[in-house]
Amino acid sequence: MQIKVTINDKLVTWDVEKDEFLADTLRSHGFLSVKKACETSCCGLCTVWVDDKSVLSCSILSLRVHGKKITTIEGVPKEAEEFARILTAEGAEQCGFCSPGFIMNVLAMKNELVNPSENEIIHYLTGNLCRCTGYMGQLRAVKTYLGVVEG
Amino acid sequence: MKSVGQSIRKIDGMAIATGKPVYTQDLATPNALVVKILRSPHAFAKINSIDISRAEKMEGVECIITFKDVPAGRFTLAGQSYPEPSPYDRLILDEMVRYVGDEVAIVAAVDEKTAFQALKRIKVDYEVLEPVLDFEQAVGHSTVVHPEEDLSCNFDIGLQKEKNVASSFTEEVGDVEEEFKRCDVVVEGVYYPQAQSHAMMETYRAYTYLDHTGRLVVVSSTQIPFHIRRQLARALQIPASKIRVMKPRIGGGFGGKQTGSVEVFTAIVTLKTGKPAIITYDRKETFSCTTSRHAMRLKVKLGADREGLIRAIDMEVLSDTGAYGEHAATVLSCVGHYTLPLYNKTRAVRITGNAVYTNKMPAGAFRGYGATQGTFALESTVNSLAEQLGLDPTEVRLKNISKEGETFLTGQGVLLGSTSLDRCIRKGKELIGWQDKFPSREIGQNKVRAVGMAVTMQGSGIANIGTASIEIRLNDDGNVTLLTGATDMGTGCDTILSQMAAEILEIPMENIIVSAGDTDTSPFDPGSYASSTTYVAGTATIKAATELKKKILEQGAKFLGVSPEDAEMNGLAVRSVSGEQEIGLAKLAELTILGAGKLQLVGYATHGSEVSPPPYVAGFAEVEVDQETGKVELIDYVAVVDCGTVINPNLARMQAEGGIAQGIGMALYEEVRYDELGKMATNSFMQYKIPCRKDIGKVRIAFEESFEPTGPFGAKSIGEVVANTPSPAIVHAVYNAVGVKINHLPITSEKVFLGMQKS
Amino acid sequence: MFTLVDLVQPDNLAEAYQILSDKRNNTILGGCAFLKMGSKRIGTAIDLTNLNLSYIREQAGFIEIGAMTSLREIETHTQLREYFNGVLPKSVHNIIGVQFRNGVTVGASVYSKYGFSDLITALLALDTEVELYKGGRMLLVDFLNKPHEKDILVKVWVKKNNRKAAYLNLRKSASDYAVINVAVSKLDDQWTIVVGARPSKAAIAVRASAALSKGKLSVEEIEGAAQRAAEELSFGTNARGTSEYRKALCQVLVKRGIMEVLHANQSDN
Repeated sequence: MQIKVTINDKLVTWDVEKDEFLADTLRSHGFLSVKKACETSCCGLCTVWVDDKSVLSCSILSLRVHGKKITTIEGVPKEAEEFARILTAEGAEQCGFCSPGFIMNVLAMKNELVNPSENEIIHYLTGNLCRCTGYMGQLRAVKTYLGVVEG
Repeated sequence: MKSVGQSIRKIDGMAIATGKPVYTQDLATPNALVVKILRSPHAFAKINSIDISRAEKMEGVECIITFKDVPAGRFTLAGQSYPEPSPYDRLILDEMVRYVGDEVAIVAAVDEKTAFQALKRIKVDYEVLEPVLDFEQAVGHSTVVHPEEDLSCNFDIGLQKEKNVASSFTEEVGDVEEEFKRCDVVVEGVYYPQAQSHAMMETYRAYTYLDHTGRLVVVSSTQIPFHIRRQLARALQIPASKIRVMKPRIGGGFGGKQTGSVEVFTAIVTLKTGKPAIITYDRKETFSCTTSRHAMRLKVKLGADREGLIRAIDMEVLSDTGAYGEHAATVLSCVGHYTLPLYNKTRAVRITGNAVYTNKMPAGAFRGYGATQGTFALESTVNSLAEQLGLDPTEVRLKNISKEGETFLTGQGVLLGSTSLDRCIRKGKELIGWQDKFPSREIGQNKVRAVGMAVTMQGSGIANIGTASIEIRLNDDGNVTLLTGATDMGTGCDTILSQMAAEILEIPMENIIVSAGDTDTSPFDPGSYASSTTYVAGTATIKAATELKKKILEQGAKFLGVSPEDAEMNGLAVRSVSGEQEIGLAKLAELTILGAGKLQLVGYATHGSEVSPPPYVAGFAEVEVDQETGKVELIDYVAVVDCGTVINPNLARMQAEGGIAQGIGMALYEEVRYDELGKMATNSFMQYKIPCRKDIGKVRIAFEESFEPTGPFGAKSIGEVVANTPSPAIVHAVYNAVGVKINHLPITSEKVFLGMQKS
Repeated sequence: MFTLVDLVQPDNLAEAYQILSDKRNNTILGGCAFLKMGSKRIGTAIDLTNLNLSYIREQAGFIEIGAMTSLREIETHTQLREYFNGVLPKSVHNIIGVQFRNGVTVGASVYSKYGFSDLITALLALDTEVELYKGGRMLLVDFLNKPHEKDILVKVWVKKNNRKAAYLNLRKSASDYAVINVAVSKLDDQWTIVVGARPSKAAIAVRASAALSKGKLSVEEIEGAAQRAAEELSFGTNARGTSEYRKALCQVLVKRGIMEVLHANQSDN
């Protein structure tokens, strides 16, 4: 079946299977930043935006995004690079595998929350698992990025 | 120093953080065959027959392989230097299946859907056998997990297959029994550290194809390219020269990818079909069909005099290696190896142990590698001892720990080259606020806060076994290429080695190209494991860079018409010491390598260490326990680390924070569990909970540098030692809070609650 | 592996219901978070996206929540954070993460009657009704007790009143399913105690609620009600906890819930 979507500001028509999930569709079209790491909708690695909201692309049937606007990290290179510079300056990307999904959710948070507290940041990002960093370095990077003052 | 000691961003950081296609799956061609595995539903069974006819006929199915189609020689998947101290107890596919998830058939098809459908059409008739599931019942069980005749070992590791013993180990110095009689206080404890999953974010995967000369090329998310090449050569019975293994970027390993869990399945498909093939384990397979940390039972007995000097230590270990013996012997021996040297006022120590086969997923290498389990047991017992003696546990450590220049009983006279563990303990006490907080205080609303602590050590590389070779060459354009077989898996070793080379060569890091992890082009390196890369490959880098620098200076001096002693590096140039003459590296390279020069300048070194100097951590936990529910909340964790010189503070801190978090996971949340039939019950992130960012509390890292005389720039290792303290320190804190001592990990609120009910 | 034969996006409920009834394995899609886990074989998957069922609106004394409303919308809705001491947002707060809650829908959460549901426990402590396309409007408690029947949950009605409420839970780790969850509420002198993740589905502790409503709310009575709740409800054992532990936790959390509601009441007055 065909879907029409706006992917990173380009209108495209894609053929998808009925039981195909968005993460697979995106990867098959070369958006290889999109990673999968669970089958249970709980790791956050596949995070992309559908109509500017963070969602788990591994558990959205591709047919259901017909007519919608999809954004991957490839679609926000400037913002992603700005934050990635801070993240990597901390060394908090480590293996990097969870970073694209994490960055997408950080950017979504920046767009949604005004002056979030440390607890609000942690809460917003809880759905992004990471096994390398222990999260502290990511938190330092996010606080630097958002200009959160200690205390 | 310009490069060493600086928090330099990882050279691959921006690419991996922003999602560039640099991991194994990203590199596979879209037409690669998709490889899937049919797995045993039984914990122990013999395959009577397999009918693949219905699957084989399917359109799109390219190849189906069963035990009848694989070479007969047994091998091990443990990533260890040859001759591996792990039993050769595997076939690619075996007539016997030894755990739920063991491989029965390999299917390759044009796409995933077809491969899955083919799996369903394979009919297997099993003779189901009684499994051994409880590792405490394994020795002498009527079921023998490995009855086969052709199982072998490279040398004696204490294997007694008819008793289900994969390996046994004894080490004793002095007379332990006599020494206990002389002790004023003797404490004992039995501890059960659980099986833990690595749970790296990138699941296991490998991509294979044949190159233009018909050689097998394996692109794999592995920590051990050279070991994979050797394993594949043995398993597939082809010459190693016909195999090339490449490691791209890796999404985490933690020791899991020190075992060759997947490469052989896709390699055999490519050999049989001649076609590219990819295998990508899903999360369920990653949890239930690879390896985990060894679950253990440790009985510890400690004897001390009234002043608190530990005089005798006795440890008895039982380790569950599961269905296959990867890393069984070495993890077992490391339990004592990385704990007993902590305390050297001892007069007698003994450690004995068995690693036993059971019908569960095999255990394997995992960050900490026996030290984690040993530290939990020994440190918990030392905390009990301190309590019995009425002494502050930090003081007991300070009295007993080995100091610089000292020896220890099991150390065969080797002097301890560096330690700042005493400073680590003092610093940690200060940071956590030990004086005010130890042992506990009520804070109202049925909540108690308390602190606990533990110390640990690890090694840096494997003495007299681990080696690393580094080649650094001056390129024709004046840049240099560093070639290494070390395997950056997110740890940052490509960057760390560059920093060291840049420091020696006195050139900016941007002028260093790192070429890593390719068995065709990299000099030999066993891979990144055993906390070896910074220490062993780092030293090799210094040696290679020093050699290259000498050659560059000699060559530069020639062009400048001065003696080599009168030449020095000046940025990207060689100049005379007087500063009057200078030749740029680019020009030097051009004149040397091209045309009439005919001389490629190369620095090359192989390094192996005769010692494995221990890094140390003093870990301190503060918890809050709800006295009505048993709920434990980790408030604060302080780890003070002695890794010698810190080469890259940010990357070292990240290793430490991540290791502590993994240790916290083991202490509080994680546990590999099986049902009564031996099926893994924790095969997803919903059932196996690694910590999320709300579960960690606050983790604080501090460094107390020492200077290791045998290390590169004084450095030791950091990758593993950081995983060990959370379990004993948090157990200690919970005990101090509510008087409940948890000896079976993980600490759950229910266990704490039940403990409070009893007391 | 799950399979799916067809996917349709009907324009009205009648059509959706017709397709649902056509075949036994035709299924309404929620957020699809759990779809990949099992080996479910779906015939026609029915996507309600086009039916405009994503809304939270207030009218005629009720808050109406459409079936396709995401849990994240519950969590962030300004009025819901005020009403009933924010018990509904609190109840969904710990479910995995923002991305997950952006996908998972109220309709699927309630209709599935999952034992581990946090939302059902909170809703049950309020004056909640569900509206089913075929079955019509009924109390949530009746819906939960009714045998499973194929239908479409259209919306949830929560009566707007001055009910004070509290939601508590205990999780082994922050993003895990709850070992147990509890919601306690009070309207005038009438108390409702709900316990979920027992691990079977949420239920009202009827006798404990009644006893509490009659008493004077002394410490002894509160503790007695908590004990009674733990005794009148049944608890089971799974990987997250034993029945004994759940029973003990029930008592502690119910007591705390009552105290929290009392406290909320006092700070309001």
